[in-house]
Amino acid sequence: MTSFRLNAGGVVDRSQPLRFDWDGLTMSGLQGDTLASALLANGVRVVGRSFKYHRPRGVMTAGPEEGGALVTTGRGAQRVPNEKAPMVELFDGLQASGQNAWPGVRFDIGEINDLFGRFFTAGFYYKTFMGPGRGTWAWMQFEKLIRRAAGMGTASREPDPDQYDIVHDFCDLLVVGAGPAGLAAARQAAEDGLDVMLVEQDFALGGRLIGSTETVEGQPADQWLASAQSALGSVRVLTRATAFGLYDGSIVGIYERLTDHLASPDPQMPRGAIRIVRPRRIVLTTGAIERPVAFGANDRPRVMLAGAMETYVRRFGVAPGSRAVVATCHDGAYSSAMALAAAGISTTLLDARMALPPALADAARSAGIELMPGYVPVEARGHKGVRGLQVGRLVDEGSLARSEREIACDCVGVSGGWSPAVHLVSHRGHKPVWSPELACFLPATAPEGVALAGAARGVWATDAVLADARTAAADAVAGLRGKRRRKAAERPEPGGWETPIQPLWEVRVDGVKLKSFVDPQHDVTTDDVRQAAREGYASVEHMKRYTTLGMATDQGKLGNVIGLALLADSLGQSVPETGITTFRPPYTPVPIGALAGRARGTHWQPERRTAMHDAQADDGAVFTDAGLWKRAWWHPAFPGEPLENAYVREARAVRSTCGMVDVSTLGKIAVQGPDAAEFLDRVFVNGFAKLPVMKCRYGVNLRDDGIVMDDGVTWRLAEDEFLVTCTTANAAKMMAWFENLLAFRWPALRVHVASTTDQWAGVAVAGPRARAALERVVASGDVSKDGLPFMGIVHARVRVTDGEIPAMIARISFSGELAFEVYTPSGYGPALWKALVPSVRAEDGCAYGMEALGALRIEKGHVTGAELDGRTTLDDCGLGRMASTKKPFIGNALRHRPELSRTDRPQLAHFLPVTEGEKFSIGAVVCREGEVKGHGIGWITGVTVAPALGDGWLGIGFVTGGPAAWEGKTVVIADPIRGSEVRARVASPHQFDPKGERMHA
Amino acid sequence: MLRIPCPFCGPRDHSEFSYEGDASVTYPPLDAPEEAWFEAVFLREDRRGPTEELWHHLYGCRAHVIVERDTLTHEITGARLANPAIRAALSEGEE
Repeated sequence: MTSFRLNAGGVVDRSQPLRFDWDGLTMSGLQGDTLASALLANGVRVVGRSFKYHRPRGVMTAGPEEGGALVTTGRGAQRVPNEKAPMVELFDGLQASGQNAWPGVRFDIGEINDLFGRFFTAGFYYKTFMGPGRGTWAWMQFEKLIRRAAGMGTASREPDPDQYDIVHDFCDLLVVGAGPAGLAAARQAAEDGLDVMLVEQDFALGGRLIGSTETVEGQPADQWLASAQSALGSVRVLTRATAFGLYDGSIVGIYERLTDHLASPDPQMPRGAIRIVRPRRIVLTTGAIERPVAFGANDRPRVMLAGAMETYVRRFGVAPGSRAVVATCHDGAYSSAMALAAAGISTTLLDARMALPPALADAARSAGIELMPGYVPVEARGHKGVRGLQVGRLVDEGSLARSEREIACDCVGVSGGWSPAVHLVSHRGHKPVWSPELACFLPATAPEGVALAGAARGVWATDAVLADARTAAADAVAGLRGKRRRKAAERPEPGGWETPIQPLWEVRVDGVKLKSFVDPQHDVTTDDVRQAAREGYASVEHMKRYTTLGMATDQGKLGNVIGLALLADSLGQSVPETGITTFRPPYTPVPIGALAGRARGTHWQPERRTAMHDAQADDGAVFTDAGLWKRAWWHPAFPGEPLENAYVREARAVRSTCGMVDVSTLGKIAVQGPDAAEFLDRVFVNGFAKLPVMKCRYGVNLRDDGIVMDDGVTWRLAEDEFLVTCTTANAAKMMAWFENLLAFRWPALRVHVASTTDQWAGVAVAGPRARAALERVVASGDVSKDGLPFMGIVHARVRVTDGEIPAMIARISFSGELAFEVYTPSGYGPALWKALVPSVRAEDGCAYGMEALGALRIEKGHVTGAELDGRTTLDDCGLGRMASTKKPFIGNALRHRPELSRTDRPQLAHFLPVTEGEKFSIGAVVCREGEVKGHGIGWITGVTVAPALGDGWLGIGFVTGGPAAWEGKTVVIADPIRGSEVRARVASPHQFDPKGERMHA
Repeated sequence: MLRIPCPFCGPRDHSEFSYEGDASVTYPPLDAPEEAWFEAVFLREDRRGPTEELWHHLYGCRAHVIVERDTLTHEITGARLANPAIRAALSEGEE
């Protein structure tokens, strides 16, 4: 016999059949089904294969704690693995399949792993990898095969085609879980005037009251539920939404599934949304999770949680079988057995206790249920489905049983008790405490503003749950209104069963080897837990990692408490002495795409374009990334001109005629105020107080620890106004640094800083004919040799196509040539670029890009971010003489530390291959000849063809002792990754135009 | 997510801020000897419990804020502007 749809009952819509595809078979379900209930209705037993042993597994639960029915849904790029079938809402056209099986879940070759089970016990992977000596290699090969055979579903490996939203939200009170407690709490708080959000992971509200026949506050459950829902009023209700994490500041992460349940979703709809909610108060009515009992083959399809069976019968109108055995040790499972009996399923109830609850036992008997006090399940019979249950009698009140007889049945319901779902407070580090009376962990403390209510704090009886939830809501209202909180005594006590629970974690029989699962999702057995204890993994956290019990998507929902209890038993300790592991977010899996939200591609990493970007793109420039910036890399002279050709041509033009380059990306900070000069004197190693107005000066600044932070040219525009330029990469860091100094360290300085990087567009014009090129467009402002001396600044007007634009021109040189930087407000940037192009061409020059800029500065020996890498000092970079001795500055004290003053530190140098034609790369290691090893004695930070030095290959970088130590000697530049070693000569980095005659021309 | 009560902007997510270290450090004068700077830059307390930290409201008003935070509980008990002059001006505005 098998599971089937009952003729009546359930809250499914029998007038709306839905067709779906399961493992290539077309099946039929009903509106209101989950995939799990529909599979059961279709009589499907084997839904998946287990992680390690490939044992056949079926539906075990009716919630997110599912450890057996892990399935893959969707097709192609939208395939989602490891979905829990009870959480997949059925829709017309759903495609789903079982996983971890080949060729299929019904017949799976990997099942042979089950026979080798003794090799795959706890710590198998650790031992395999760490196994010393002979045989390790063979094990490794074997292990590869097992790895392939073991596992869960696989992702599509294609980019996620769906879009997701991230929503920021606020409310007065967030209620998590819309069972009876959540509905009551939300309604109460909303009636008291709060802005309430109610979050439910299910697609329907009501929790275990859905389909229930019990009486709630004097009403039938369905009537109570209907009136509770209609009374929610202003409450914002989110269904299909899981509160997956509770974070610092009591911020709650919620994942809301928006289209997963729709047959043909609107393509404009996001698949899901992360809601980041900042509630002022939180009430957690997350309920409790039923836990199984470990006994032999308790993972066989149709061994289910008793409460899940009840849910399938009452909510979905699906019978898990025709002949059921329910095994329990507490009062809570009686309602499950009664639900089965009411559906016409022949039911036997094993209760481990000798003393049965009198009223419940009477009710069960009159419902026709066979009661067996003192009996426990020993081993399930059958392979791909249960066909019988071997039962036994407990020898004492522990776990040892005497096996007696087999009861024929086709489904087994198990309930070892209920564990309050305390995951969210555990995320915040609040550990629950063990209640020996209730045999479960109860929440003890909660973060400020967070309360638990109902079954989440161990209150079992429905009417008490409702009273508890309403009190928690009233407390939240009172707290927000600043009134005194009600006394804690008003909250109902946890518990509420007629007869106490008799803890039952595992059933053992002397001399019989049983394979009893604790965590079916990870194939962890009771023997694995005992083995971990034997091998010294006595801490719960170690046991968890060694066995993988309760890890990954499970987060201890199903087997955690059994595992802890067994560990405690093995160690001869109590459960509280053993402790509990920390549950971590997310409570259930969240798609990675949802965490990204809309922040993909350029929405994640926006592109920054300079004002002159389009003007250069129109001329065919090729761009490269410099941080977020797009910068012209080279300007092809003809379509398709390769980089190697272009940059040498461009660099040569700058040396012989002239070139122009977009320098708008340089960081620019306006430093203004009466103390601006004093501020810069403290920040930079060199002095700025005496810099005349309309002059600029190159400056270097250090960190507190004496290492170089950045460099750049600072323009003095007025007595109390400077324009500091810094490297493109460090612009944001420098701005934040200046703000820090002025706010925190020197608040008395009367200085204001503002980033003006985006306010100015800049072009550098460089080369012997740069002045001539510039004079062609300058309408007013003296740029002559005498009118604009080296490092001078002039206000000018530049002729453009349709008039004149304002500009500031400074004589600054990065290339080592006669050069000018022309700055204009950003809006005029395109006009400036377009005006300069023809005048530069008229002087036989051209536009140049980043690669040529790099070539020119390497030849000249100027440093960039590649050299100022956070490890180098002033002296390392050959800038030691810039440091003022007349005034203190940041970093001056610590730059003299002994290690930073050693003369054998790597220092800036040029490197030239001894053999013409040989090349080396950036990042290569500089070594002594015959000692190519380790980190060597230096490194290469830049390479180029050097037209100014005879077209040879030229590197810049650092070598111990600097050029002076290597005069007449050679080094080896080693590149172990590319497998090259090049002998090179070390030279001064200032071999090109050492007196600077060209730039002073 | 920590929520930092920025004196200008009100409570904001900490992802709007950048952490800039221990606010209880007093930096010596620039001409102080190496030992004093060594102490300030390298020798830091790793406190368990209440601390004062400097946070920069980078993606907000760009104020530097001294935040009182308990490193054990992550509880934030207060925040004030780092710059005393602006702090004083702000509190005058409130009167």
